[in-house]
Amino acid sequence: MNAPAKIGPPMWLLAEVTYRCPLHCVFCYNPVDFAQHEAELSTDDWLRVLREGRELGAVQCGFSGGEPLLRDDLEILIGEARQLGYYTNLITSGVGLTEARLDAFKAAGLDHIQLSFQDSTKEINDFLTHTRTFDLKQKVGEMIKARGWPMVMNVVIHRLNIDHIGRIIEMADALGAEYLELANAQYYSWALLNRDQLMPSREQLRRAEAITNEWKAKLAERMRILFVVPDYHEGKPKKCMNGWGNVFLTVTPDGTALPCHTARMLPGLEFPNVRDSSLREIWHESEGFNHYRGTGWMKKPCRDCDHKEEDLGGCRCQAYLLAGDADAADPVCPKSPHHEIVSAALENATNPDRQTQPLIFRDPKESKRLIEEAEASESTS
Amino acid sequence: MDGTPRLGHGFRFQWEPAQQCHVLLYPEGMIKLNQSGGEILARCDGQRDVAAIVADLEAAFSASGLRGDVEAFLAMAIEKRWLKLETGAKA
Repeated sequence: MNAPAKIGPPMWLLAEVTYRCPLHCVFCYNPVDFAQHEAELSTDDWLRVLREGRELGAVQCGFSGGEPLLRDDLEILIGEARQLGYYTNLITSGVGLTEARLDAFKAAGLDHIQLSFQDSTKEINDFLTHTRTFDLKQKVGEMIKARGWPMVMNVVIHRLNIDHIGRIIEMADALGAEYLELANAQYYSWALLNRDQLMPSREQLRRAEAITNEWKAKLAERMRILFVVPDYHEGKPKKCMNGWGNVFLTVTPDGTALPCHTARMLPGLEFPNVRDSSLREIWHESEGFNHYRGTGWMKKPCRDCDHKEEDLGGCRCQAYLLAGDADAADPVCPKSPHHEIVSAALENATNPDRQTQPLIFRDPKESKRLIEEAEASESTS
Repeated sequence: MDGTPRLGHGFRFQWEPAQQCHVLLYPEGMIKLNQSGGEILARCDGQRDVAAIVADLEAAFSASGLRGDVEAFLAMAIEKRWLKLETGAKA
């Protein structure tokens, strides 16, 4: 319908192999109702998905989750992906990683491991005070480096750890990180539930960026640091996923194929399942992937905006979550008629008397509670 | 320029049928190479030194005087860490 005439190949196949996870991160981007999507694809399903993705032209393959280490066929999947010619990336918290498992990944040809600090509220505190978690990361980090992989670390930054950013960088350096991504939390799923707790003030952010820049200069020879600015603060919509159905093809644990890992929340859009369709059909022909390709779907103010090709209207999930309309301009844009929602959230982050609820931790029990709550509110509305 | 170039740590070089070009893959990214870049990198196998790479390219394309262009590309690739140049005692 409104898709651009020529659809290139996806660069990425993101294999979210499981929603199971030993951690309970308050900023997790897995769907809050993950507990109802637990029927995982089989090994054979995944092997077929990997082959079809490669035939479609994908070159980067990411294994994530949940915690992908909980799939005991992970080495088989990595081996097949590598054999097919993918560059293989494992995104893990390292919890449960053993020497034997790493040897199996190495033998399978795994190219790259990104070690994430997930459960930051608890973990960063441990990490900052040199206790158990630091020891765990150090051990895992050493095991990774000993096998010749680069040491790549990702830390999600938010209100509860942002004031320690210098210390976080220093300790990443002590762990031998060669590449450090400091990713400010983005407010979807669990992070949106906890937004008031997690969003830093502009002042906190400004200070953290300045400290990061000092460290960047100091460590330039041995560590590359990437500081990902949150779009709420920047007041500029991001070109989400580098374009809908343009670069990324995500397959979720139950086989649902998505143009972005949070798109499942969008109402009225059907997303295909790899159990029923080939990745080629999914990528080129499905309504779910075609719907927001290009700019034809836009309405005002995006339709008439000079920046529409640059940001493609920002993020569809954010438009839906904040404006209640997935076709609207991303409310982080100052031109959005709903921008006041973002301004109010930012304002609230500087309010010393702001009200906060207790943090909601990502776990199956909470997920089931949230599913029931949503169902109850649907039946009463 | 003297020495033996080899791929930088974490980089992989391969032909991509879907892109119809050689690419360099690295953690979470891809660089598409033009034809000459692809031909040069294909010869950076850690065995051939710069002189051998130039000679090989000149033979393959029945050309001469490629050294300047090849060195310019290699210098750029080394600066971007796609390649490492091993000098001194040969690897």
